[in-house]
Amino acid sequence: MRSYATIALVVALLALVPFVTASNVVLNFMVVALLIALVGQGWNVLGGYGGQYSFGHAAFFGTGAYVTAILQVRYGVNAWIGLAIGVAAGALVGAVIGALSFRSGLRGSYFALVTLAFAEVLRVIASVAPITGAGVGTLIKLDLRPEAFQFQSRAPFYWIILAFVAISLLLVQRIEKSRFGAYLVAVRENEDAARAVGIDVFRVKLAAMTLSAAITAAGGCFYAQYFLFLDAGIAYGPWISVEALLAPIIGGIGTVFGPLLGALVVKSLGEATKLVTGDAPGLDLVIYGGVLVLVVAFAPRGTAGLFESARKLLRRRERTHA
Amino acid sequence: MPDMLRVENVSCRFGGLLALDRAAFFVEQGQIVALVGPNGAGKTTLFSIITGFLAPNSGRVLYQGDDITGIPPHALARRGIARTFQIAQPFAGLTVRENIAVGAHLLRRARVDALAAAETVAQEVGLAPMLDLPAASLTVAGRKRLELARALAIEPKLLLLDEVLAGLNPSELRDMMPVIRAIHDRGITIVLIEHVMQAVMSLAKHVFVLAEGHMIAMGSPQAIASDARVIEAYLGHGAAQRMRGAPHG
Amino acid sequence: MLSPIILIPAILNGLLTGAVYALVALGLTLIYGVLHIINFAHGALLTIAMFAALFCYTLFKLDPYLAAIGLTPLFFCLGYALQRFVIGPAAHGEDRNILLVTLGLSVVIENALLYAFRADTRTVNLPYGFDVVQVGPAFLSVPRVIGFCVVIAVALALWLIMRFTDTGKAIRAVAKEKLGAELSGINVAHIYAVTFGLGTACLAIAACLLLPTYYVNPHAGNAFVLIAFTIVVLGGMGSVAGALVGGLIIGVIESLSGLYLGESLGQIGIFVLFILVLLFRPSGLFGARA
Repeated sequence: MRSYATIALVVALLALVPFVTASNVVLNFMVVALLIALVGQGWNVLGGYGGQYSFGHAAFFGTGAYVTAILQVRYGVNAWIGLAIGVAAGALVGAVIGALSFRSGLRGSYFALVTLAFAEVLRVIASVAPITGAGVGTLIKLDLRPEAFQFQSRAPFYWIILAFVAISLLLVQRIEKSRFGAYLVAVRENEDAARAVGIDVFRVKLAAMTLSAAITAAGGCFYAQYFLFLDAGIAYGPWISVEALLAPIIGGIGTVFGPLLGALVVKSLGEATKLVTGDAPGLDLVIYGGVLVLVVAFAPRGTAGLFESARKLLRRRERTHA
Repeated sequence: MPDMLRVENVSCRFGGLLALDRAAFFVEQGQIVALVGPNGAGKTTLFSIITGFLAPNSGRVLYQGDDITGIPPHALARRGIARTFQIAQPFAGLTVRENIAVGAHLLRRARVDALAAAETVAQEVGLAPMLDLPAASLTVAGRKRLELARALAIEPKLLLLDEVLAGLNPSELRDMMPVIRAIHDRGITIVLIEHVMQAVMSLAKHVFVLAEGHMIAMGSPQAIASDARVIEAYLGHGAAQRMRGAPHG
Repeated sequence: MLSPIILIPAILNGLLTGAVYALVALGLTLIYGVLHIINFAHGALLTIAMFAALFCYTLFKLDPYLAAIGLTPLFFCLGYALQRFVIGPAAHGEDRNILLVTLGLSVVIENALLYAFRADTRTVNLPYGFDVVQVGPAFLSVPRVIGFCVVIAVALALWLIMRFTDTGKAIRAVAKEKLGAELSGINVAHIYAVTFGLGTACLAIAACLLLPTYYVNPHAGNAFVLIAFTIVVLGGMGSVAGALVGGLIIGVIESLSGLYLGESLGQIGIFVLFILVLLFRPSGLFGARA
């Protein structure tokens, strides 16, 4: 119960942001940070809890984004229905890649490689296929009505992505306390031991991957509605695969709030970098990569882990001084 | 009433090595049976085949009369076959309680029920004081108990214990034997792979001896202990004769 | 369509390209075979090497083949230092962490290059850059023929090192049985670093061989590296012969499929092949059966 209350509190506090500031810059920052938190939470389900590190989550993000964009632009489908279909499409792609990879018993580096390859295949296809606009990209027409999932101001966008993030937090919290969650973590820790106590490892991994893909795809759909432009590099590019794993790793892999924490840290770092060195392409990713290496080297359990260690250290100090 | 477990003519080859050559044994329901033999005899391989981790090249495994050869491990666990691993395989990042709870979840959906059941099982094997410790911090003896506890948590009908007593000092041994006996008294069929002879002697009703992939002897513990073939398998060629001819004192 | 006049040059050119692919793959497979890690930073390191070769020419007027003499030991040291002082310590020995560290490194390197040099594509114009030599019906580019010969020489040199030097034997020992090697007194951290250094040294040579006929930009290395991954997986992780033969085969396949299917589909073809091999035969053609 306490954990659900924490989620409610955090979400409520975040919901106040548009009332506290009218700055578009701040709101945009928060929207993007929450988007990364959502995508990162998707990665977290498979990578943090399940222990399967995917380097190609762009495959799901891009599929969600393109499906919803193409349905609107070429077939006049309503944006909200496009969202639902986009999430389903992303989940399907996840299920297919998962089924193929896990059937073949791919793990660790091999799994990371194959997910990378799948994302790249999709990127190349998207960069030449006529339906995605190939090199030119896809532009969603400006139609500032709520029914079209577009809004005049940023605040509604903010509350919608916050709602998505809230749902993802609740989902992951629920999983943590459920049998599926226990099984997922068992698979992460030791697959053979898991099998010996009756866990269908393939089914568990597949379910995790499908859910992970669905959450990430939702992020992709939102991206399409917020930025209204996509091309192969944006939708399926390595940038989103990296940020998807960076947020949970920095924030605390395998925890409910890790991705949210990590996304805020990552994005803040990005902004700080821009302030100091100007808006040069590539520098933010340099920082991100460097932080990744540093976090793995010195704080493998991420910021959440740092908090834990700090708390333990303080408790020990208290005891010796008592 | 069909045997609880019947292994028929199981052979298993790894490349050029014939690990098991027409191995066979059986256990009746409610019995404790021991599988013994020198290192490298193929005992753990046999366990892996019985529990679905490996497929045999020929032969079959019957469980309560049904052919279970080749059925995957998780399905067999659901049918009531549990095993421990020779080298303990804890879920290292979890606490003892959470480890056992993973097993308990097989029959309980709710987390609270699984954790409660884990506590009960932990008490049964003497792990209660360690419930909230990380599994990685346990000693060898503790890990073996955890293996046992996790296997018990799935409420098996057939329990396969792979050297669960190995590496224990005499007092730890003294504590574990009654635990195994108590499990047996509950009606669970047990197959033990063991090197600790005192356990084999006092626990097992029948003993099957495996050496270099072949079954070389079977019988009561006392019969096996004085069987020349068994002595030679452990101590080398001619040992039986040397033992018989050795002066007393 | 299948006339020898078109086919033979395509095949020969495929072999020439494949040789350089093989050299890149060689480094990767060596690193995997000994350290048992998949070096996700391989592409980025190749890109740095290419930039280094580029600047040797534009700043010091050094011919790439001469530059290789200096760059190879330099990149050996770079690779050694990276493994010894960054990757090794950061990973704490855990597989998952190594994945992340090499990924992080690749992101840092590639984007640092992007930041420093923008995304512009650069090429060099060497006096002999367009020379050709006639082999049968094919007109083959001289730099690429030279490249082919150098790769064979490097492969031979590596084989000699592995077979006859103490370090080579130590490397083979560590690859086969790390604990035993350590107990025999071999400094495993040092050997790991040496192996990584050899891998990056191969990249330096490959970069110099590519410069006369290829372009340089911050993403150039990646294009090669996915192909190198495919070769390594196809030829078997850790198999030097596999990397060589696999490289040549892939080069020919790429050339032929480019001929019949066009560029982009050819690219996808390599990826699809990669995925198929991973899914159905991850131990590769020459690798040990799992």
